[in-house]
Amino acid sequence: MSVEGVVQPVVRSAVFSMVHVPGIVLSGSKPRREIVHSKNGLRQQIVSNFRSFADAVAYPPHQVMLGNLPPEALSQIERPWHLHPMPNALPEGPGGRFIDEATFYAWMARGDCARLLRFNGNLPPAMETALAAHANGAKIQKIDKTAMADAIVNGAEPFFMGDTNPVGVLLPAHDEDESLMAPVLLENAAAKVTGAIALLDLLKKYNDLPVDHLLGCGEEAVGDRYQRGGGNLAKAIGEMAPGSIAGGTDVKSFCAGGIHAMLFGAALIASGMHRRVVVVAGGSLPKLGMKFRGHLQSGYPILEDVLVGVAIDLTADDGISPILRLDCSSFHRLGQGSAAHQMTDALSAGPLYAHHLRLSDVDRYAVELHNPDITEPAGSGNVPFNNYQILAAIAAKKGEIKREQMPEFVASHGMPGFSPTQGHIASALPYLPHAIAGLTTGTMKRVQFVAKASLFLGRMTGASDGASLLIERNPSLISHQQKKGG
Amino acid sequence: MIDLKDKLVLCLGERDGIAAPALQACVESAGAEVIYAETQCFV
Amino acid sequence: MDLEEQGNIARLVASGQHDRMVAMLGTPNPASTRMVAMTLRDGDPSYAGPLAGIPLGLPVYHILEDQVRENIDPDVYEYEVGPMEFVLDRDGIINALQFIREAKAA
Repeated sequence: MSVEGVVQPVVRSAVFSMVHVPGIVLSGSKPRREIVHSKNGLRQQIVSNFRSFADAVAYPPHQVMLGNLPPEALSQIERPWHLHPMPNALPEGPGGRFIDEATFYAWMARGDCARLLRFNGNLPPAMETALAAHANGAKIQKIDKTAMADAIVNGAEPFFMGDTNPVGVLLPAHDEDESLMAPVLLENAAAKVTGAIALLDLLKKYNDLPVDHLLGCGEEAVGDRYQRGGGNLAKAIGEMAPGSIAGGTDVKSFCAGGIHAMLFGAALIASGMHRRVVVVAGGSLPKLGMKFRGHLQSGYPILEDVLVGVAIDLTADDGISPILRLDCSSFHRLGQGSAAHQMTDALSAGPLYAHHLRLSDVDRYAVELHNPDITEPAGSGNVPFNNYQILAAIAAKKGEIKREQMPEFVASHGMPGFSPTQGHIASALPYLPHAIAGLTTGTMKRVQFVAKASLFLGRMTGASDGASLLIERNPSLISHQQKKGG
Repeated sequence: MIDLKDKLVLCLGERDGIAAPALQACVESAGAEVIYAETQCFV
Repeated sequence: MDLEEQGNIARLVASGQHDRMVAMLGTPNPASTRMVAMTLRDGDPSYAGPLAGIPLGLPVYHILEDQVRENIDPDVYEYEVGPMEFVLDRDGIINALQFIREAKAA
């Protein structure tokens, strides 16, 4: 398993920052476009279906994100899950923490290095309190109602807390540069700040080793007109952390960016170049409210009201944390086929069979873990269930199981989806805190993380992409436990 | 039964179902001409 | 169906040989099949997009239907669709289309 002279990379921790931002849902791509076209009070209809912070925290899938509830527990809760809030739910857990809108806007002020944020001169008390507590001494620039209205006419993007008066705006950074328009900058700033919150929380948890490198894996595109999407948001995120972090790079592959970045980070450690690499990503603002029509039609609250950031801690072998099997990973290759079943065969069965493992030898598969309560009302089906069905179908095709055993395979190797529909975040990563626990203090042996990417959406190819990574219980832990046991 | 030969086909694929390139390959094998192919992704 | 896609389809159908055109769906479940088929038949049910109130009257088929499959080279079908045939809710998808077709006839 280990190759002589190669450092074994491990994953120590994954921390999520969850941010409840109904006021920014209106800036999500779909609501933003459709509100402009609508003639029948659509904005009001959306706003009146927002849920409260307390409701978002008590929402069972979010408790799974925070690590307070195992994913399997959702199978025991009747759907739709928003009708069954968890009693006494906490806004934090081993998987991360949940913050409210006002706190998030204060973090936005903290991260506003270009000084483009302007707050309303007349702020709600909760916003003032949050600015005092979380803006980290950043200078808050306030403007009056008239100046704010002028700014909006001139391209500033407003953001809200509840009612129709914006609590602030983000100014465009250039009059003509489409890459520096206010909505683009708001998207990038939201990604930066949600990533930074996760990174700072991770560094609070583990401050024993310096971070050598940050790998960004979000879906934003940072740059001006001459290098649209040029990126390196990783360094911008790192800048918000105390102390110095040596470097940063962004790894891009749509929703599969996270697994690609984990593979590259693990490779940097295995090569001996770095001892500690943190994979970091912020949330995806344009995806907020994407399926609002389905939610309105079903009488659901607007469920896509949460941004999620993540920080994943990769280090050299510590003798405890689960190991990253670089030798049993895969990148989807050109020519392997982009259909769902072809990708699953290449990404899941491919590396396993090359190492004489069967699909059934993996305890759990972390796939695209989108919450089905979000996707089903919009007609998009149950994405993780579909993924597990395909895995089971491949297992059947390879003769590991009989076709009639597919439901059993899905039940024992899969899990219900619980992630907010935040693209790159939802792609396998939310299972990390659960997998790390299961592979250290629990009884699991191996988990495969699989992500797919819809590259065709960018119109530069008709192809898809994907990557997979096998994570296993640390062999030192196994021998230690065997000694202890016997 | 529909005869796809010489039909002009709009392939409306979905990432979580069958994507447009797969639809296109199928209908072209039946002698149809594809005039539109797009795959939607809702996540 | 996204507004932009509706606009593209409306333009295409208006500009071409309508009687030779067919829509082929790869939708993943009965609900999405019903939604797309209805939009193509009657216009946008949400009255938000370019197809609001514009019936295209295009024949709509799904790749999982037998009458479609019978046209297709079996090797191509196996490679491109393969196990998706029994992964997706094929019967539900076909019923959804059948429902739309019969409602049209009535």
